[in-house]
Amino acid sequence: MSILVNKDTKVIVQGFTGKEGSFHAEQCMAYGTKIVGGVTPNKGGTEHLGKPVFNTVKEAVKSTGATVSMIFVPPAFVADAVMEAADAGIDLAVIITEGAPVRDMQAAKAYAVKHNMKTIGPNCPGIITAEECKIGIMPGMIFKKGNVGLISKSGTLTYEGANQVVKQGFGISTAVGIGGDPIIGLSYKQLLPMFEADPETHAIVMIGEIGGDLEIQAAAFIKEHIKKPVVAFIAGQTAPQGKRMGHAGAIVSGGAGTAHEKMAALEAAGVKVVVSPADIGKAIAEVLAKR
Amino acid sequence: MNIHEYQAKQIFAKYGVPTPKGLMAQSVEQAVENAKILGGPVWVVKAQIHAGGRGLGGGVKLARSIEEVEKLSREILGMTLITHQTGPEGKLVQKLYIEDGADIKDELYLGVVLDRAREMPVIMASTEGGMAIEDVAHNTPEKIIKIAVDPAIGFQGFHGRELVFGLGITDPDEQKKLISFASKLYKLYIENDAEMIEINPLVKTGSGEFLALDGKMGFDDSALGRHPDIAAMRDISEEDADEREAAQYGLSYISLDGEIGCMVNGAGLAMGTMDTINYMGGTPANFLDVGGSANAETVAKGFEIILKNPKVKAIFVNIFGGIVRCDRIANGILEATKLVDVHVPVIVRLDGTNAPEAAEILRNANIANVIAATDLADGAAKAVAAAKQAK
Repeated sequence: MSILVNKDTKVIVQGFTGKEGSFHAEQCMAYGTKIVGGVTPNKGGTEHLGKPVFNTVKEAVKSTGATVSMIFVPPAFVADAVMEAADAGIDLAVIITEGAPVRDMQAAKAYAVKHNMKTIGPNCPGIITAEECKIGIMPGMIFKKGNVGLISKSGTLTYEGANQVVKQGFGISTAVGIGGDPIIGLSYKQLLPMFEADPETHAIVMIGEIGGDLEIQAAAFIKEHIKKPVVAFIAGQTAPQGKRMGHAGAIVSGGAGTAHEKMAALEAAGVKVVVSPADIGKAIAEVLAKR
Repeated sequence: MNIHEYQAKQIFAKYGVPTPKGLMAQSVEQAVENAKILGGPVWVVKAQIHAGGRGLGGGVKLARSIEEVEKLSREILGMTLITHQTGPEGKLVQKLYIEDGADIKDELYLGVVLDRAREMPVIMASTEGGMAIEDVAHNTPEKIIKIAVDPAIGFQGFHGRELVFGLGITDPDEQKKLISFASKLYKLYIENDAEMIEINPLVKTGSGEFLALDGKMGFDDSALGRHPDIAAMRDISEEDADEREAAQYGLSYISLDGEIGCMVNGAGLAMGTMDTINYMGGTPANFLDVGGSANAETVAKGFEIILKNPKVKAIFVNIFGGIVRCDRIANGILEATKLVDVHVPVIVRLDGTNAPEAAEILRNANIANVIAATDLADGAAKAVAAAKQAK
């Protein structure tokens, strides 16, 4: 078990034949992901990496039965690609591309929600179910199979967290990089209940950062609905006010969205909050020892 | 990207959002010339910097004669203006805006920003114009009206009614004018991919007209590609020179007050590294994300920018190699130390793909200043110790 994706998940790649799309599709296939084809307009009917290329997502879905799309198209075309996937009946779109305009994502997400398509990202490392299915750009070998679910806004902190969990002798069930843009797809609040329901997940690591209030929403949700132990780290305790810290959404504006208010809310919800990301692994070992 | 007040007002004018007449000036002579063109009898001389709170800082002043315009322009142009948004170092005033004085009866606040929780733009309005909206939000949150507008339907009549009744505007003519004002503002927010618009104050004049007395706009950087006219409004002299230089090399850099320079891949890990240094009793000197493809050139540039800061006593390089292999990064670091004179201890933590090989490379190179660390905690501890020793 795991959440959202597993070894049987059929995946297509939008932006399949581009440089990034090709490189990462190949890496995903090497990891074991069932990439069943890709979409590049005007290259339909050809083959790439030994898989069929289609002109439209609709054709790709019809011919391959794919349910998930990994999106690598350039930023200006992301919204179009997401809406095309939703229109074609894809269940989950994983948007890796960085730099999509906020207004585009607003429209694309609203359309995806209307069509019951889940989205992850944009500007994220993707999703990985350890030793089964990697849909994204993360280094697969860090993610040894185990019982810890991971949700993170940051790519490298996902790797850092997973690596520590593994070094403590545990492993990862599924890890989801949700991205740090102002408008994102699946967030803590939607992913936490999936991990709660997954019998293979025994504890959850949640990595957040300054900006917005998704972590505060998560805290309220955890208090009410999550019984499994949660370990959290919020990046940006030392970030200055009003500065955008790398991610488009990582900004404390008007005194709102600080790391400290998020940490306090999570602590009040019974979450084990660590002050340094260096303590994520140890904290997981502690909460799992108590089980 | 942010723009100046005079530029925001140019955009307002294009959309029919009423503003007082005004002209930008880059010299005292030009300011006087502008004042003559506007005709008076009252002018406002306004410093143009990318920060709020200019009035309180002495950057906005009223003139009742051409002589006074000249005198005030001479004072304000070239001054370093310090406001609650500039930081203690302030900002140099290089441009002025000379504007017609308005007959102010009431001061309101009107803004449009993205509501991240609702995932749509929200119009914010308040009767408490002329004050910092953060203070109003903190002290009297009930005095702020928030109206979310779904872009799928756009600005509708009911949004307008919520606005005017919320602000207690009862005169039908005034209601009509303010609704039209807000609908145009919403339109320009959407069409230009703005991130935020703030008009503080929006004034009601003695004759019942609504005017944008101030105008602040920020734009979504990711959308500038489709707005060349707005991209052209960029004033690089308003941006931090080091941050700009770093950006040219694909590095995301923000300077801070501390002593330990940080070079990290990924924004989240970069913040996490700063937090860890702080947790261990040190102080981070900067945020620096070298991005996904750290190589000798970017690392060298990173060292160069970090070392411009004389306060830096040690550098912590914290890289989690994923797709990029650590052994290549280790070689990049060694090469970078040849390109740049690194005179402070450099603590290097490389983890992830090929980390043992990377450690081997650093050990064999045996550079006096380069200290290897095994993990994040070890690296941060060594960096804090090195900075303390350097004192």
